[in-house]
Amino acid sequence: MAFYRPARWQRPLALGLFAALVALPFVLEAFDQSFYIGFATRLLIFALAASSLNLVLGYGGMVSLGHAAFFGIGAYVAAICQQAGINEALFAFPAAMAVAGLFALAVGAVSLRTRGVYFIMITLAFAQMVYYLFISARAWGGDDGLPLAGRMTLAGFSLAGDRPLFFASLTALTVAMLLFGRLAQARFGRTLQAIRENETRMEALGYPVFRYRLVAFALGGAVAGLAGALLANLTGLASPNLLQWMQSGTLLVMVIIGGVGSLWGGVVGAAVLLGLEEALAGLTEHWHIVLGLLLLGVVLFAPRGVAALFGRRDG
Amino acid sequence: MADALLDVRGLSRRFAAVDALKAVDFSVVAGEVHALIGPNGAGKTTFIHHVSGALRPDSGSVHFAGQDVTGLSMHERVRAGMARSYQITNVFPSLCARDNVALAVQGRADTGSSFRFWRPVAAETALFAEAESWLAQVGLADKADAVAGSLSHGEQRALELAMALATKPQLLLLDEPMAGTGPEESARMVELIENLARHVTILLVEHDMEAVFRLADRISVLVNGRMICTGTPDEVRSDPGVRRAYLGDHL
Repeated sequence: MAFYRPARWQRPLALGLFAALVALPFVLEAFDQSFYIGFATRLLIFALAASSLNLVLGYGGMVSLGHAAFFGIGAYVAAICQQAGINEALFAFPAAMAVAGLFALAVGAVSLRTRGVYFIMITLAFAQMVYYLFISARAWGGDDGLPLAGRMTLAGFSLAGDRPLFFASLTALTVAMLLFGRLAQARFGRTLQAIRENETRMEALGYPVFRYRLVAFALGGAVAGLAGALLANLTGLASPNLLQWMQSGTLLVMVIIGGVGSLWGGVVGAAVLLGLEEALAGLTEHWHIVLGLLLLGVVLFAPRGVAALFGRRDG
Repeated sequence: MADALLDVRGLSRRFAAVDALKAVDFSVVAGEVHALIGPNGAGKTTFIHHVSGALRPDSGSVHFAGQDVTGLSMHERVRAGMARSYQITNVFPSLCARDNVALAVQGRADTGSSFRFWRPVAAETALFAEAESWLAQVGLADKADAVAGSLSHGEQRALELAMALATKPQLLLLDEPMAGTGPEESARMVELIENLARHVTILLVEHDMEAVFRLADRISVLVNGRMICTGTPDEVRSDPGVRRAYLGDHL
């Protein structure tokens, strides 16, 4: 896999996309399609979650099958904050990031001592542990999940309605993408990618490989936690399904379709997957077949993902 | 030995039923080129792995620069001043030569932490300027922009050496630097190592006996996991035990 280098078209395209997204809710409202603002918000949130996994998987080369745990924990932290009477996102969102990040730190500290299929299995095991913990926790709704009484407030302004949460999610994704894009070219990201390419060599150059991986893993977990907190606000529920291994699989599929290790992989993958679901689920309940074929096609014909089809090929 | 830079005492390691290393005593004096030779399967690479920290011994100790490093991991030993090159070329093929060496420079403690998340590496001109000076030292000054994967085998070996040097080691562990190189490239590599030996202590594992006897101040011979002889090239050449081990070989 190649080291990340920004393509020339990236900045104008990103700015254009950002401008289009800022205009989107107003355009949709003008055409009386505000239902799609919610869909777009969901897309932004999953783009954020998938991008956080892409940091771990793409840049870090760590195939985690437990990323949903951090996503789901974020959702629960938001719901639990509200249950405890704290309705302010300025507290709840950072709390979600902190709890998810710290849990990722603990999971990583154990699982990053293993490699390959053992790593996949141990991350999966941790995630399932969290899943079973939450479905058996009556105080947090057990099987049913923990509903939110309503959307939280952000710096005193309510996130209720389509627009506020959309813009909150857009802000979160924008900041995260900016960070990931910078990080990939900064010392940390270069180190992380070099470790992915050749762990032993980096060790032999004096890099404490484990520490870099762990920080990336925890950072990915924290950002997934933020995505979870946003999603709980969108759906009004912290559901145990968010924690399940299926969810980890969905995030993985998004990253693989979009492009493992390319900056936009998570965003493109989330857009493709949720877009397909939205377009096809109305037509046939067997839309997963199309998804399966698409995944097969990507793996066979564009192994670096859809985003890479537009990218440069050198490293 | 009092002035030993590297001092290995009673190093033993078993793999399943095989004694890979049996109570090996070994030392490298600061400033020398010390070659380690031995027939195939003697345990040379296993020994190097124990010195560099890739493997841990069952018993015995490794002291480096007066410090017990037996319990230190590989990256800690590198930071303590011990660098190694690999038997199999081990560079980052998709990066250019300069970027490869810059990674090595960046890994050093004195060039600052690599937990930096915002400033692009490309803006850190000092890293790349230093990388170029290391490339010049190994004769790759004009290849700085070449993608490492496109370099010739010999050039990749030289690049690997530049990366090891960029960690500013006191001791350089060279695991078969001549492996797979043609005669011309070998000659160049010997010259290169001769030059390096003026600045850094070298532990050289090599099969090319011509190179070994030309470069080494002292030679140790490892046979079946035992260090059977250490001495000057002449002493080693005339040692009966060594002759027996290498019967019919190049000595």
